[in-house]
Amino acid sequence: MSWNILNQFLLLMTVAAVCFLPGAADDSTLKIATTSSLYDTGLLEMLAQNFSEEYNVTVQIPTHSGTGIAISDGERGNVDMLIIHDKKRELRFVQDGHGLERRCLAYNYFYLVGPKEDPAGVKGMNVTRALKIIREKGMVDPEKVKFVSRGDESGTHSKEKSLWQSAGYNYSEINSSGQWYIDAGSPMGATLIMANEKSAYALADMSTFMAFKSKLDLVPFVEGGSDMLNVYVAIALNPEKHPGVNCDLAVKFINFLVSDEGQKFIADYGIEQYGQPIFFAARGNCSLIGCQAEECAVPATATCKE
Amino acid sequence: MEEIWSGLLRAFELIITLDPEVVGITARSLYISLASVFLASLIDIPVGAMIESREFWGKRNVISLIHTLYSLPTVTVGLLVYLILSRNGPLGSLEILYTPAGMVLGQVILITPIMIGLTITALGEVSPQVKDTAKSLGASELQIMITTIKEVRSAMLASVLLGFGRALSEVGVAMMIGGNIRGYTRVLTTAISLETAMGNLELSMALGIILLSISLLVNLVMNRLQGR
Repeated sequence: MSWNILNQFLLLMTVAAVCFLPGAADDSTLKIATTSSLYDTGLLEMLAQNFSEEYNVTVQIPTHSGTGIAISDGERGNVDMLIIHDKKRELRFVQDGHGLERRCLAYNYFYLVGPKEDPAGVKGMNVTRALKIIREKGMVDPEKVKFVSRGDESGTHSKEKSLWQSAGYNYSEINSSGQWYIDAGSPMGATLIMANEKSAYALADMSTFMAFKSKLDLVPFVEGGSDMLNVYVAIALNPEKHPGVNCDLAVKFINFLVSDEGQKFIADYGIEQYGQPIFFAARGNCSLIGCQAEECAVPATATCKE
Repeated sequence: MEEIWSGLLRAFELIITLDPEVVGITARSLYISLASVFLASLIDIPVGAMIESREFWGKRNVISLIHTLYSLPTVTVGLLVYLILSRNGPLGSLEILYTPAGMVLGQVILITPIMIGLTITALGEVSPQVKDTAKSLGASELQIMITTIKEVRSAMLASVLLGFGRALSEVGVAMMIGGNIRGYTRVLTTAISLETAMGNLELSMALGIILLSISLLVNLVMNRLQGR
């Protein structure tokens, strides 16, 4: 061991530190917090890439594991916009002044998926009936019938909670009712992989399920129907509440997403890879998916003012 | 078992063909961890030397607190730094949340206790005669410090390498502060976590092998040093 090596090591570290430039955000950087489905399917990254090439900007997606964490990042002003799917919390976010307005982008449906053998026998039932049966059989034989929940306050988890409620249960009662109910605390893809490993049922959004289908032995039992609707919404952060957020670029990106180009890209995405679209464009289906006309307006009505 | 073999094969393929994504992630990991350990060394070695060389009230408690913080959980540091760097947090105006600079800050905090602690231990082994001799030759405090550090340079380098290893292999700070942004803050550990969750096991394994190889290399160097 010589002093020489230490010197060289220090030199190397100095070079590393000098090369190292802190990348503070600037006007041409857009930060987005989103849900796992839009990220894990690759859709948002593709849209972001198209946008950044067209406008010569940088788009970063630091939060991409669920609506719950995306909203909390938004409330702290850590990002410039959200793309999420949980109407109740979206409305509250805007009402509390954190966001400008809801803009409806895309939709698809939630699926109730489970092992091919269908151990609870829920094929052909509506979702609330199916959940009831899964709970009943799971409590009797938790080795055979299980349900894996996101358990992470994501949009899908919110949906699951409201479905349990429609089925006539109190969620806290479900969450503590035994081994059949597995609270994964994970993003959608990881939850599906866990459900697959454990031969369990799960609630999934259509797009993530399609993207993971080839890795899973799970099949959908309940798909579609108005009670399984899943609407994705973009919200730019309100610069009055969060000075310094890049509102202009956020609004620009949202307008890009609702433009002809953006909507067509969303509607076509996945056809090549999965043989069917995995998202549907909001354009033209505004009232079907429960959005107000102004939430589908092109371009945006809200403006950025500090 | 077959999955593991085919995964390993693909993993080696990704490494040998220098897959740009794998190379990018590895380079970023090295460079963020090296920056962290460099900054931490600048702060921690002098602080450690100062604590070691001076007598003050509560010194033993301070040292035992530092030892306790060796096992500081990475997610706790992640959470703390996230709150501090959030736009509405005390250092929000720096706007370094979700940047490599933020990750470096978190990692510096994470490895500081180990590096200060090991500096104190290493310097404690220097014979007092060295200091006395230096003093009698008219050395200033700084000169004495440098002389004693030189005496135990291999132990000091070992502490730097240990800090580097911890910064490189941690996932809590990297995930919570970096945000795992592709091409910007995605490092080996966060990429492994993401790719595994997405079911892309080959890429995960390739990155895991690289991480393990780097750790092994660091360990070999450290063993050589300690073997003297």
